[in-house]
Order: sequence, then structure tokens, then C-alpha cells
Amino acid sequence: MIRDRLGNLLYQLAALLLSFGVVSLILISVDASPWEAFRNMFAGSFGSLRKFAEVLVAFVPLLLVTAGLLVTFSAGLWNIGVEGQVVLGAIATTWVYRFFLDSNLPPALIIALAILGGMIGGALWGSLAGLLKVFGGVNEIFGGLGLNFVATALTIYLIFGPWKRPGVASMSGTVPFPDEFSLPLVENLRISPWALGIALVGIVIVYFLLQGTYFGLRLKAVGKNFRAAYLLGIPTWQYSMYSFLICGALAGAAGAMQVAAVYHRLIPSISSGYGYLGLLVAMLINYQALWAVPVALFFAALNIGSIQLPILMKLDSSLSGVLQGVLVLFVLLASGMQQKFARRS
Amino acid sequence: MRKNLIRLAFLAVALTLVVAACAPATTQAPTQPPAPAATQPPAPTQPPADTEAPPPAEPFVFGMLLVGPYNDNGWSQAHYEAGLYVEEKLGAKMIYLDKVNPADRAGTTPDQLAEELVAQGAKLVIFNSDDMKDASTTFAKNHPDVFVIMASGDQVWKDGKVYEEIPNLINIMGRMEYGKMIGGCAAALSTQTGKIGYLGPLINDETRRLAASAYLGAKHCWEQAGNDPAALEFKVTWIGFWFHIPGFTTDPVDVSKDFYSTGFDVVISGIDNPVNLSEAQKYTAEGTPSLGIAYDYVAACDAAPDVCLGVPYFNWGPDYVKAIKSAQDGTWQSQFIWSGPDWADINNHDTSMIGFVKGNALSDEASAALDNFIAELAGGLNLWTGPINLQDGTPYLADGEVATDQQVWYLPQLLEGMEGLSASE
Repeated sequence: MIRDRLGNLLYQLAALLLSFGVVSLILISVDASPWEAFRNMFAGSFGSLRKFAEVLVAFVPLLLVTAGLLVTFSAGLWNIGVEGQVVLGAIATTWVYRFFLDSNLPPALIIALAILGGMIGGALWGSLAGLLKVFGGVNEIFGGLGLNFVATALTIYLIFGPWKRPGVASMSGTVPFPDEFSLPLVENLRISPWALGIALVGIVIVYFLLQGTYFGLRLKAVGKNFRAAYLLGIPTWQYSMYSFLICGALAGAAGAMQVAAVYHRLIPSISSGYGYLGLLVAMLINYQALWAVPVALFFAALNIGSIQLPILMKLDSSLSGVLQGVLVLFVLLASGMQQKFARRS
Repeated sequence: MRKNLIRLAFLAVALTLVVAACAPATTQAPTQPPAPAATQPPAPTQPPADTEAPPPAEPFVFGMLLVGPYNDNGWSQAHYEAGLYVEEKLGAKMIYLDKVNPADRAGTTPDQLAEELVAQGAKLVIFNSDDMKDASTTFAKNHPDVFVIMASGDQVWKDGKVYEEIPNLINIMGRMEYGKMIGGCAAALSTQTGKIGYLGPLINDETRRLAASAYLGAKHCWEQAGNDPAALEFKVTWIGFWFHIPGFTTDPVDVSKDFYSTGFDVVISGIDNPVNLSEAQKYTAEGTPSLGIAYDYVAACDAAPDVCLGVPYFNWGPDYVKAIKSAQDGTWQSQFIWSGPDWADINNHDTSMIGFVKGNALSDEASAALDNFIAELAGGLNLWTGPINLQDGTPYLADGEVATDQQVWYLPQLLEGMEGLSASE
């Protein structure tokens, strides 16, 4: 068992080194110093308190999305639609805010309602992918992708249509909400301790749900073998739906955080690609909720740190995306090879 | 045996990569910033021509946030090269970040990115897009010790609609209305079909008044040439942003195609890059004579010189030099600057904010007529003079009434005679 774990770790480490190696090769091919690039990225994410706070701003939605995806992954579902669920969470949050724009309710209550609204919005959008899968026989990957496009189109429609700024429709989004609608931020930083707290609570709940409950056990049974689970008397399609609802709610919370704590309005790319990035994190950690926190933090740090590349080295920030993608590929490759060797020996 | 071999090969590859990754680190310097022009500033050897204060020992660092790529052949490149001009004139140093827009830098905000530039030493930050107006306000208020230039905005215009007191912020914009009128005139002098298309970005005060200016110029020259006023068609199609963002905006290439394939033989670009030119070139090659007018950047016609009638462009350099110098020597004053062309020579790089470069496609005859028009403008001709109605027929300027700056800046609709949306639906 321990040897297994050690072997596992070695493979993962090799994958990590390999991906840094590949990115280094890319850098060398454009005459840039890999050392310089990695150093700048590190300094750009952990070099100061302010930078680390920016990393946490990206970490919050990423962790929430990852938490949600752990649930659908456990149920054996590839919830690509998570991106759209983030978007719908943001739209629903914006809708609640707009609804209470002129009300006399205490702002704290409005914020709470808005976040709740976002979770419901995300869950409902997730349930659409679920319904398509369960009753329409549409694979959740295709259904989810389609719904993602619809979600983006809906955002654009709202920003350029019914929710546009007076006289002006702009990619910079809807009119910003008043300051009291914002989740409280740490002074002089952009991170909200509340948002961070919500994200951590999210992953803890998912951890216990999957590790410590009968529900989690049955969910995993459905994921491992749908037919066997059905024969054992587990209401399988209901469990699939539950997982979509939970994942949607957590993704919706991520969207709500983007509106309530980061952008304070709806913008065209409100999900910032965190849904897709969360899929990478979830694949990388292979169902293990414990690893979600460090890996999501690492990915968030890559995203924020890479901003330094164009400023200091005239390199494109998308290098971080290349590193993230390559890393997932190598980890999958490594685990595939490991299984192959394990079977032979 | 075989699996060992594979494992060995795997390790070898890994090792090679790691070694390769580490080896050049000690010898390689960070890459040089791309220098499109031969204007790299040898700062220490070239003291600024006329400074009162002694030159500072450390170069003054200013930052710039560009909404598009620094080499977009349009709006952002015009700003970038103005930055190089400032480096040259003041011995200052520029750091910049381009592609600052919601699609390219998802998950970030412009004020956050401005802080990154400040962390690298910038004492002044230029926000170059209307799209960053809110963020520039936020940033300026949170950083009262950093100077901010917000190009194309009106936050600190005392006579504007959204005036706010922000002592560390200056708005700078050019009176591109003149450039657009000249462009519109060139279009009207060159069209064979009498149909002119305008490739619009998103709909706001700025884009309405610029499209309207192009129309006023076109109408004037069309009628001066003795054509039937009713035979001129001027249509605006908006794409939704300053440049194409797949999935978010209409493709300007498609809009250009629509224009050229339906008899609009001249398309005026109002977006950040001249994609209409390459389409004009294709259509011309296929036998449909098509022409275009570029926008924003002095060398934008180079994209397709033979179909380009000309380009009205911004020359931000002189105003940036003035503002940044005032930040250096302590005479900074928050203000709204709306600079016009230097009519003595609209293409004087050191004095004129707005210029117009003629393209190869402009005929000699049209060129002469255009020079006449420019001379008329220089002599005081103001096309923003009534009678002018708004698109829906509402009177905008009575007969003989001249528009105020506010009326022009905040033009509420397109003008009567123009086709296209006045407000987003």
C-alpha cells in the first residue's frame, strides 16, 4: 500500500517535471529563458501580499467549481456544462441584485439572497444537462457544451439588450452595483474573506459528502457501475440528477462570487474560463477532494503569475494555459502507464 | 525487459528536458521588447530638448494598458507608438500590457493590471480604452499618488455629463470628427455606386459622433461635386466591440463582405483595425472594384495600399508628452483635453493630434478636391452647423446653429439620412 502510494507520487512528480520540461522547450524555441519565466511567474503570484490576494481571488471560483465537479465525477459524469452553470449563477445573482436595487432591505440580506439565487440558477442550469442525459439520452458532454454556448449567448443578449447601460451597450458589462452590494473585501486588497470562506466550506462539505456518507457511497457506486448499482436497488437516475444539482449549485456559487466579490456587475466573460479550468483540476486530482485545495491554488497561481510574462518578457500569458494542459496530459499518461505496468508485473 | 526499456527511455527524455530547461538560464537575458520602429530611446544620451528641471537620474517610468494587441495596425498601435515617442522625447521608460479586454484577460480587471504596472515601477498609468473607463476611475481613486491618463473618456470634463473630481486623472481625446469628415469626403469623392458603408464598433456617444462626422463629410463633398443628394446612401453596421472577439461580436470580415457584395463600394472602418481593407482587396481581385478607408493608425493603409483611400489617424504623442512632463515637473492639473488637428500641417508629428494620410487608391482629381476640403476646414468650415436633424427626424440644430462641444460629444442618435441603429436594441 505504502509502496503503491510512493510509486504513485513518483509518477505524478515525473509528470510535473515533464510538463515543465515541455514548456521550457517552447520557451527556448522563442529565445526566452525558462528559468526567468518561471521565476517571474512565481514572483508574480507569491511575491507580495497583494499578489497572493489576487491568486486567492482566482482560487475561490476555481475551488468551488472543482468541488462541484468532484461530485459529478464520482457519479461517473463528465459535466462539461459546468462553465455554463457558472455563467447562469452569475446571471441569477445579477438578476437578484437588480431586483432589489431600490429596496430598503439590509444589504447583507440582499447579498445573501443574491448568492442563494446564484446557486439556484446554477443548479437549475445543471439540471437541464441532467434532464437531457437522463430522459433525452443526450450525452452530458454534448448537452453541456451546447448549454455553455447558450449561456454565453444569454449573457451577451442581457448585456447588450435588456440590462445594457443607459444609451450604451458595452463589453465592459452592465452598470456596476453600488458598493454596499459587494461582499466585504480586505482593506486595500481585492479578496473577500467571505468568498474564501464559502469556497472552503464548499470543498469541506463535498469531502465529507463523498467520504463519510451513505449518499456518497451510493453515488460512487453509480459512478463505478451504473447497471450494478441499479440492480442493487440504488435509484440510479435520481442520483445522477442529484449530482448535477449539487455541482450546478456549487458552480453557481462560483458565478455568484464573480459578481458579488470581483466584478460587481455582469460582464461578457464572467465565468473567466474557471469551469473548464476546474475540469482540468478535477482530472488532475483524480477524485481526491483533499488535493483540490493545493492543486486549485497552484492553477490559480499560474493564472495570476503569468500576467508578468507579457509585462516583463513580452511573452504571451497563455503559456500558463499550455503548462496546465500539458500537466494534465502527462499526469493522465503517467497514471495510464502505471496501471499498465502494475497489470504486467 | 521491454518495460524496463520503455521506462529508461522515458526517464532519459525527462532528464534531457530538465537539463535543457535549466542549462541556458544563466546565459540568457530576457527577450528584448519588439521594436517595430527605429525609435528606441537611447535615454541617457539624448537629454530632453527643453526641460527646466535638470534631467532625473532615474528614468520616469510610465505604464500603458492597451485594449488590443500593441501591433494591431490601429488604435492600440497608435498609443504604443505614442509611448515610444514619449520615451524618445522625455527619456522616460514605458512598460505596457496589451490585450487588456474581457476576452483575452479573463479573470482580471484593468485596475488590477494597472497595479501590476505600478508594482514594476510605473508612476503614471495610461488606460487606452473607453472600455476601461470605470476601472480607471476606481484605480485613480484607490491610488491618489499615481497619475492616470484615461484616453477617450470624459470623467473629469467639468462641462461633461459625468464629471467627477479626480485630481490625479487627465482625460485626453482627439477631435477625430475632423479626421472622419475628411475620410467621409474621400469616400464620397471615390464611390461609383453612391453607397458608402461604415463598419462600426459598439454603439456609444463616441462612435455615434464619429460615424455622423464621416457622414457629414461625405454628404458635403458629394453635394459639392454636383451629385444628387438623394442618391447618396450611408449605412452603419455595428459589430459589438472595438475588434472581433469570436463568440462575442459579429465578425467584421462578414460585415465587410456584406457591404462589398451588395454594392457598397467604399467601406469606412470605425473599428480598431482595418480588416475592411483586406476584404476590399479580395473583392477587387475578383472583379468587384472595392475601396476602403482605414482608421486610427498612421500606417494602417499598408495593410492593403492599393485599395486604401486614406486613413484618419490619432497622433497621441504630443499630448502624452505634455501630460507626462507635467507629472514630472509638478505642474499636473486634472483636466479634459480634446485636441484638434494642427491646421498649419495636419500631418506634423510633433504638433497635430489628428492627421490624414492619403492612400494609393485616391485619384489625383479626388486628391485635389480633398485638399480643397481640408483647406476649407482649416479656414473655419464647420459641418456641425444646422439645419441638421437626428435620425428620427427630431430637430438637432436649427438653421445656422453651430453645435456646442457637448452637443457633438454626446450626440444622442445618428443623423437624418444615415441608415443603421442609433442605439443597441
